[in-house]
This record gives sequence, structure tokens and C-alpha cells, in this order.
Amino acid sequence: MEPVAIVGVGMTEMRRERKADGYADLVYEATRKALDDAGMEIGEVDNVVTVSNDFFDGRTISSMAVQDACGSYDKNVSTVEGDGTFGAAYGLMRILSGSFGTTLVCVHHKGSESRMPLITNAMFDPIYERFLGIEAITSSALQARAYMDKYGITEEQCALVSVKNHRNAFKNPFAQLPLELTVEEVMASPYIADPIKLLDCCPISDGASAVILASEERARKLDVKPVWVKGVAYCSDAYHLGDRDLSDVRALEEAARKAYAMAGIGDPARKVDLVELYDAFTYMELMWLEGLGFCARGEGGKLAASGDTAADGRLPVNASGGCLSGNPVLVAGLNRIIECALQVRGDAGERQVDGVKTAVAHGINGPCGQSHCVWVLGGEK
Amino acid sequence: MEDWRDKQELVVMEGRIKVPYRWSAGEVGTRYLESLRDEKRFLGTKCGECGKVYHVPRRNCPHCFAECSQWVELGSTGILETYTVVRRQHPQLAPLPLPYGYGVIKLEGADTGFLHLLYEFEEGGLAPGMRVEAVFADQREGNILDVRYFRPAKGVS
Repeated sequence: MEPVAIVGVGMTEMRRERKADGYADLVYEATRKALDDAGMEIGEVDNVVTVSNDFFDGRTISSMAVQDACGSYDKNVSTVEGDGTFGAAYGLMRILSGSFGTTLVCVHHKGSESRMPLITNAMFDPIYERFLGIEAITSSALQARAYMDKYGITEEQCALVSVKNHRNAFKNPFAQLPLELTVEEVMASPYIADPIKLLDCCPISDGASAVILASEERARKLDVKPVWVKGVAYCSDAYHLGDRDLSDVRALEEAARKAYAMAGIGDPARKVDLVELYDAFTYMELMWLEGLGFCARGEGGKLAASGDTAADGRLPVNASGGCLSGNPVLVAGLNRIIECALQVRGDAGERQVDGVKTAVAHGINGPCGQSHCVWVLGGEK
Repeated sequence: MEDWRDKQELVVMEGRIKVPYRWSAGEVGTRYLESLRDEKRFLGTKCGECGKVYHVPRRNCPHCFAECSQWVELGSTGILETYTVVRRQHPQLAPLPLPYGYGVIKLEGADTGFLHLLYEFEEGGLAPGMRVEAVFADQREGNILDVRYFRPAKGVS
């Protein structure tokens, strides 16, 4: 792959309700920050990818409604409906096509403006599934149960993820939900859908974020610390939940395998210094770590209990606080990439982990991680 | 610094999007739903190449990418593959009084599971691998809720 770098990043603070900011205001804030971070002006952006979801926004072609805010007038603008990691992958491909030197990718979401369960219910098939009332939490509970039963993962092991990530969030000014918790407190929180309890769930959030990607030639002209895209891949599993073994992470294993191969990584557990993954629910952190190859299948619980995934551990996972500490849907995936980029640059402030040379960012799309996108980022080309 | 927002409520437009839709179940879905409605019988479709039986039925096998040309009658009991007991749900979504369950159920004769509701179970009485049976609605209208829910199968384990 031709070298492509992340040259600018911008995040808004994630909050339960950003009442003073409409969608466009959030997009403008994130875009402005990304441009400032890159030392660029909007005229230097060759093309734009906007990412949003029409049901969440309450309007159709929602991604075309933020054009003022992302400066895409008179530019080639294209759109992605899906997680920000997938939007960024599309932005990357537009540079690799040779047609563009820079791509701005911006993502927005306001969970405060609709009703989350009614929206996530609508991702299910209207003939066979939707009228059963299933949505994101209850479908994830089916997956959590399948995974935990198969491998003997305990609710306490999942609770450790909630304790760790909410604590990490204290060092992240963008995070919404820093909490000092004990495993006992997580265990005592009410069940929403067994085995998922309130403190196993990410919050509802508002936020936006943006990244600017550049070809090597354009990156070299900027006064920035480029973060190089070493590998990217994605892979999807079946749509109907019953077609999948929900305890399985086939699609993630495949995406990770391809991304690592691109990046020349044989053993991710040795080569990767930091991971930011999509922990919408606590069990997901364990499952996705297995799928990403950081431990064997079924060993995610033990890995969580070992302390290795703490911010000061051998393999820090979600040192930012993760999605559990702020989950503007779609935005949250791009934030995983941004957090990795900041860590590789050494610009992650209080949450900086020492010596991050290679970082892995991960996003999901569809119910129960139907589709996975894996990014490997590094400081060296 | 004084902020005008401290003195003034922000304008928030209240709205509701309610649009009628007409989702076609297609020929395959129609035959399936009619069979549930008229005969209380579950049907699957079988891949002409690998022989895998899909439930819910579909026109083509996603693996072989061949036509699922054959209809197969399935049992109305099956194995619970995974489940959850729902304790809290948006009132607009909950189709049954709380607590109710969701399960992925592999019906007798099918090679794939499907999603449906669980009810009439004891607290702690669900387990993966257990046998569950369909409870049909008296008034059936040709939709997936013609099966009211599944419950632990009586008399067999």
C-alpha cells in the first residue's frame, strides 16, 4: 500500500446532551480542530467523507446536511452510513485511488435527540425480527450469554472492564463518564437483559469527530507528526442473528489477520503497544481482544483479570476510557482511531502511555459486531 | 464571563416521524408466513447444493450462492442456542409483560437458528441446549407474532 498518514485529528467533548450545539455545530467544532491540528486550511482539503445515520438524525441523506460545517462546498463529497472506522477506511481508499491528496472524514451523532432503543430496534429485519422488540442491548445480551456460556467467562470478569475503563476516563477530558467503581458495584447494578447490567453498558452520548488523511507527498509538506496507516481491513458476518454462532468472532479474526498481514505483524501480542476497541458492552472488550489475537479464544476473561490491559499494563486497552465512557454511535469508532493517533504521536496528555510505537484501533457495525474494521497505526512509515 | 445561555432556554424543536411503510415479505416470506397462519407449521428452505436448511427461509444460500430451491417442513419445537431475560425495555418495544426473554432457537429440521420471544419460564429456568416449543396465537394474522412465543417444552427434556 502507498503510504498514507493521519495528519490532523479533532474531537468534541462527549456529553449526554450537547444541547447548545446542533449536529452542524458539532461537526464544525471537530473539523476546525482537525484543520488546526494539521495546520491546514479548508482549501487544502481535496475531498470529504461524511458519516452519519439517518434514523438517528431524523432526516434522510443526513450526511449531506452538514456541508456548511465540514467545508465540503465545491468539493467531491461522499458519504458513509456506518461506524467511523469504515468511513475513514473509505477516505483512505480515496487517497489510494490517486485522485486526491487529502481526505477529511467527519462523523457526528446526537443520541440525546431520539430514543436509542427505538432506533436500534430499526436495524432488525421488519418481517421477521423487528416486531419482537429486539434492539442493541437485548441482542448483545444474547451474544454475551452465548460467549460467556461457551467459555466460562464470568460476570465479574466483565465487570473488571467497566471498572478499568471508567477509571481511565478520569484522564480523558473528552470522556463523558469517568467513574470510580468497584467490581461489587458493577455486579450490584440492575440487570437490563441478563447477563448485561446497567454498568456493563455504554452511555448515550452526543459528539462529533474528524480526521484528515494525507498522501505521503502532502503529509511531508505539513508541519505535523504524521501517523502512518500500516494496515486496514474489514470483514462482515451474517445479518440474521440465528445464522451466526454468536460466541464466534470469525469476521474480526479475518479482519485482524488481513490488517496485521498488511502491517507486517506476525504476533500482535508482541508487536502492538496499545489497543482502542469498541467496548459498547463490557463483554465485547474480552471477545474482541480474542478476535484481535491478543489471547486465545476463551482467554479474554483471564486477560482482563491479569491486569495486563490496564493503562499501565503490558497491553493498555482503552486507556481513553473506551466507549463505556462515551459512545456517540459512529463517532466512537473514529475516536478509537484518533486516540491511537494521539498515543502514537505522544500527544495524549494525561492519558499518554509511554512508548507507543504501534497501536490498533477497532470499530464495529451492525448487531453484535456483525462487521469489524481493524486499523494498525504507527509512527514509522 | 456572562453567557446569554444562562439566561435563556435553548430552542428545542419537538417532533415525531411516523411514516407508513409496506415491507414486502416476497414470495418466500409470504409462503412462510401463510404456513404459520393457516397451518401452524414452520417451513425452511434447503440449499440445492450444500443441502443446508435455512430458517427463517430465504431464496438463496449465502455460502454456495445457489438457489434454495426446496421447501422443508420443520418441527415446532427446537433447541435454545442462547437466550436473555429482559428486565427493562422501552414500553413501545416490549411485546410481552416483563420479564420476558429472547432466544435464538434452532427448530427441529433446521440448520440455522432464528430469533423469537421466550415466556412461561421459571426464573433461572432457561439454559442453552434446552428444548423449547412454540405457542401459537389463536387469532393469526400472517406475521411473525402468529407465534406468540416459545416456552420450555413440556414433558420432554
